[in-house]
Amino acid sequence: MPGLGTSFGRGGATTAQWDLVNSDCILIQGSNMAECHPVGFRFVMEARERGATIIHVDPRFTRTSANADIYAPLRPGTDITFLGGLINYVLSEEKFFREYVVAYTNAATIIGEDYRDTEDLDGVFSGYQAESGTYNPTSWRYEVGEGGVPLRDETLQHPRSVFQILKRHFARYTPEMVEQVCGTPRDLFVKIAETLTANSGRDRTTAFCYALGWTQHTVGVQNIRAAAILQLLLGNIGRPGGGILALRGHAAIQGSTDIPTLYNLLPGYLNIPYASNRTFSDYLLVNQAETGWWNNVPKYAVSMLKAWYGENATAENEWGYQYLNKLDDKIDYSYYPMFFRMKDGGIRGLFVLGENYAVGGPGSKVERAAMRKLEWCVIRDPFLVETANFWKMDGVDPHAVNTEVFFMPAAWAAEKDGSLTNTQRMLQWHEKAIDPPGDARSETWFFVHLGRRLRQLYAGSTEERDRPLLAMTWDYPLEGAIQEPRVESVLEEISGYTVADGQQVAGFADLKDDGSTACGCWIYSGVIPAKGRNLAASRVKDGPGEWTNNSRWGWAWPANRRILYNRASADPDGNPWSERKRLVWWDSMANDGKGQWVGYDVPDFVRDKAPESQRVVGGKGAAGLTGAEPFIMQSDGRGWLFAPRGVKDGPLPAHYEPMESPLPNVMYKRQNNPAVIEFDRADNPMHGVDNPAFPYIITTYRLTEHHTSGAMSRWSTWLSELQPELFAEINPELAAELDIRMGDWVTVTTARAEIEARAMVTERMRPMRIEGKTLHVIGIPYHWGPAGVVTGDVVNDLIGIALDPTSQIHEAKVFTCNMRKGRRAQAIPSGGPHASVAEGGAIDRIGSEGAEMARFDEHEGAEPLPVERPAEATYD
Amino acid sequence: MTKGFFTDTTLCIGCKACEVACKQWNQLPGDNYEFTGMSYDNTAALGATTWRHVAFVEQMGRQPNGAGDGAANSVANGATAIAERVSNPSVGFLGENRWLMMSDVCKHCTNAGCLDACPTGAIIRNEFGDVYVQPDICNGCGYCQIACPFGVIEVNYDDGRAWKCTLCYDRQKDGLEPACAKACPTQSIQFGEVEELQERARERVGMLHARGVTDAYLYGVDERTSVGPLNAFFLLVDRPEVYNLPERPKLPQARVGMHYLATGLTALAFGAAAALTLLGGRRK
Repeated sequence: MPGLGTSFGRGGATTAQWDLVNSDCILIQGSNMAECHPVGFRFVMEARERGATIIHVDPRFTRTSANADIYAPLRPGTDITFLGGLINYVLSEEKFFREYVVAYTNAATIIGEDYRDTEDLDGVFSGYQAESGTYNPTSWRYEVGEGGVPLRDETLQHPRSVFQILKRHFARYTPEMVEQVCGTPRDLFVKIAETLTANSGRDRTTAFCYALGWTQHTVGVQNIRAAAILQLLLGNIGRPGGGILALRGHAAIQGSTDIPTLYNLLPGYLNIPYASNRTFSDYLLVNQAETGWWNNVPKYAVSMLKAWYGENATAENEWGYQYLNKLDDKIDYSYYPMFFRMKDGGIRGLFVLGENYAVGGPGSKVERAAMRKLEWCVIRDPFLVETANFWKMDGVDPHAVNTEVFFMPAAWAAEKDGSLTNTQRMLQWHEKAIDPPGDARSETWFFVHLGRRLRQLYAGSTEERDRPLLAMTWDYPLEGAIQEPRVESVLEEISGYTVADGQQVAGFADLKDDGSTACGCWIYSGVIPAKGRNLAASRVKDGPGEWTNNSRWGWAWPANRRILYNRASADPDGNPWSERKRLVWWDSMANDGKGQWVGYDVPDFVRDKAPESQRVVGGKGAAGLTGAEPFIMQSDGRGWLFAPRGVKDGPLPAHYEPMESPLPNVMYKRQNNPAVIEFDRADNPMHGVDNPAFPYIITTYRLTEHHTSGAMSRWSTWLSELQPELFAEINPELAAELDIRMGDWVTVTTARAEIEARAMVTERMRPMRIEGKTLHVIGIPYHWGPAGVVTGDVVNDLIGIALDPTSQIHEAKVFTCNMRKGRRAQAIPSGGPHASVAEGGAIDRIGSEGAEMARFDEHEGAEPLPVERPAEATYD
Repeated sequence: MTKGFFTDTTLCIGCKACEVACKQWNQLPGDNYEFTGMSYDNTAALGATTWRHVAFVEQMGRQPNGAGDGAANSVANGATAIAERVSNPSVGFLGENRWLMMSDVCKHCTNAGCLDACPTGAIIRNEFGDVYVQPDICNGCGYCQIACPFGVIEVNYDDGRAWKCTLCYDRQKDGLEPACAKACPTQSIQFGEVEELQERARERVGMLHARGVTDAYLYGVDERTSVGPLNAFFLLVDRPEVYNLPERPKLPQARVGMHYLATGLTALAFGAAAALTLLGGRRK
């Protein structure tokens, strides 16, 4: 999550869902929380019952809007303008929390003379390299004085101070501009601005919730940056009822970025080395920060290598650094470039785990075609999802596909022990309820045994290239008839131990860079502080009148902190900003009169570092920060209003139109994000600006009743009957124009694909009047594919691929299309649902005896069928 | 000590967890895979295999403080009206633009039509005060189906028996709350002792009125109807018909007096006509 990571220091939600009940106002934008996070939404409902104002800003009136106090419509892809408008309002009306802003953000910091803003360069920042379409960020740096300490002007008057740059940059984001760009009525926008500012300050706090509605854009990271800037200006970070809640789309997506399934990260947000980092010292040179928490990188990296390679990791062999795979500096290994490379024949094999690319991956035709170029493919899933059938989709002749497909039946959560890391960075342990059926096995079983067999095959090899495999510690204990690995032993290794005696460490403060400790993921260190004490399994709620932020329910990284950066809940002197918003404060009497940080949460600060502590000159790590700099992960200890590095498309957010838009950019001369990643290929045609062939804006999303590509819901009769068919939401005005009535078939086309859906004509969708034009927004959920109890066309086939430069996430939340009444040209033989299915629960589970293949085969010869990658898996 | 439900529609987020939890616990089949076009409601109605049903009512652009005449599920009602509303979007919870959601269920009536109509004694009032169909006694005659003023109970012609919500009789016997109430994430469905729930509900209405949701009222608590107080009652914000509930539910027997009278009068009239005919004939 580079947006939050760059702004505050850690790539995770800054707060816990239950803390929303302490909010005085909650702004939900870029999220349909009631539908996509219904269980967490209970806290929003409770906040509303306690008197908080709930605001929902969204292109569609959804089940979230229905429960909000204020709903504001917004044209898809214009969130930066809306948030920029709020920032401008806060700055120009002097509504920011001055003491907080001066003390805890980089507002007073002075930027170097070379910096030029979009205001000066008409839509680009300094450092733009037109040939490569990338930025060189060196001109965005802080101006530093003696000893490398950044210069500051706490009056905020210096023309090159971040504060003044911010004021100039956002001056054009006026309520009038918001109305013109976003289509949000001016009065309503101002009402929202007033509500937010009235509910922020010493005594009141506002929380923001967002999800994929902000990330799946070519300006996704900057959407989140804009929210971060606003929350910092309002003084809402690190305080109860404040924060930014990144709502993750799956039960463990936070976990899959913490212990990443990402191409560029090692566990705990350590970078994967590049080939150019030839030695461990080279690696540390580019990854270890002088000041702030990232000064500790060697401790975490060495401990991780010790966990992976045990006694084979020594000081002499750089702790096994050379065993790690290195990335080629010149190759982009992210999702889309990987699939394009696969399609061009550059990749031989693929493991697919818990993903359904054939339906869920935007531009999913590309993914399906790419998989047909593989030599082999392993798919693990409980059902024969579309991705297991790419070899007979899209009307291809299976004989012409040379990919060997191995389908391995997978166990479900209830069939295995393990932990999930949820949206608020909290690990919750779950125990196995029943054994998996037949041949179905857990992922842990699969990989532990695959590793064991591979090691057997290579046993005795003296080849240097086989060393990484043989040097691994791979001794997880196996239990029971199916030899299931004891998964708690994996979490024990992740939590960390002392090498000498094998005793668990208490937390990451105990980790060393001398090889005496081993720890699989430093941020999870402490989740099992002693053998048999798995804190992720803890289930104690706060009692009546007790407030510890439910610290004994599960375990949250880092160090069980529930609200991050909570040092900021106290003023620079260490006193709470107000009694009402008391969370963590300095108690000078505690700790035998030496003083320490205390409160209702684990302090996110060095516990005994007094507020008045000064920076140690030349000090490393935390010593380089004062006692009043709460963002301890940052090299300057401050929240970043201006990001001197870390975001690839500029230090500040700026409005650029989506890659496909009916409107020109009225804010700047640049139509699109100058640093966007594009793929100019025949299989990826884009519509451009105001393309008369594709006049409508379209946005994709999920419903409560299904889960992403439907891989976990379309095989359940109970869920399938609740939303049985793909539909498109259309406003009545457009419906009248096209002579479409509720329930009619409609065909949606883009340059990439053509799909059909039922018409859902509803006033919840509204036409927008912008610049004298009437703009129609079509909404379409993406849960269907050709397999399962209920079937439908693949919405993700419609989407063109263009990516955010920092996160490499696609733009699924806004593109353009055309629509007409009637079914698509090639009628689908297997269109409708299986009316014959009258069973309860999940059907066609693969793995038990006599695995049924029937359901899919019924549709053989059916037109193209599609796949998924949990869109969220893309991580912000 | 009667147990029942208080379903507060102002807390419903339309997630349908109640429907799924009900079908899962009671092992009811998926049975209807059709897109209905009734907003997000594809369940359509309560029936033999559907014991919870979430209704969705779209009321966009209501008159502020109006009598709640928003056209339910209105479709394509003209472009001009929509255009005007664009400049005047929703402000205020349950204000001008509403999307009402309501989880419907068997009312477990104090005077239950189904129970009265059952000729076999299959339908009983159990120890929790709830109306329960004993599946081993039911013979599927279907009298209950037409006797229910709410259209809840239904005969399943696959197995020849009548079915409806049991208020999770089996779970209650084990001291557990019904599956739907357990699954509800927002406490829109509350389970408990009816008198206590009624008290809580009245308080809730007062609170909503104080917050400006003046449309809020209780359905099935204080109005006098032949079905009596409902052991599963609702907090609504619009007329009952909007949620597909009868405004004044009526038991079939409440109409019986009038029906007897009509029958008697008809018999008399026929008798008189016959007598006239016969007498008239003799005169000739």
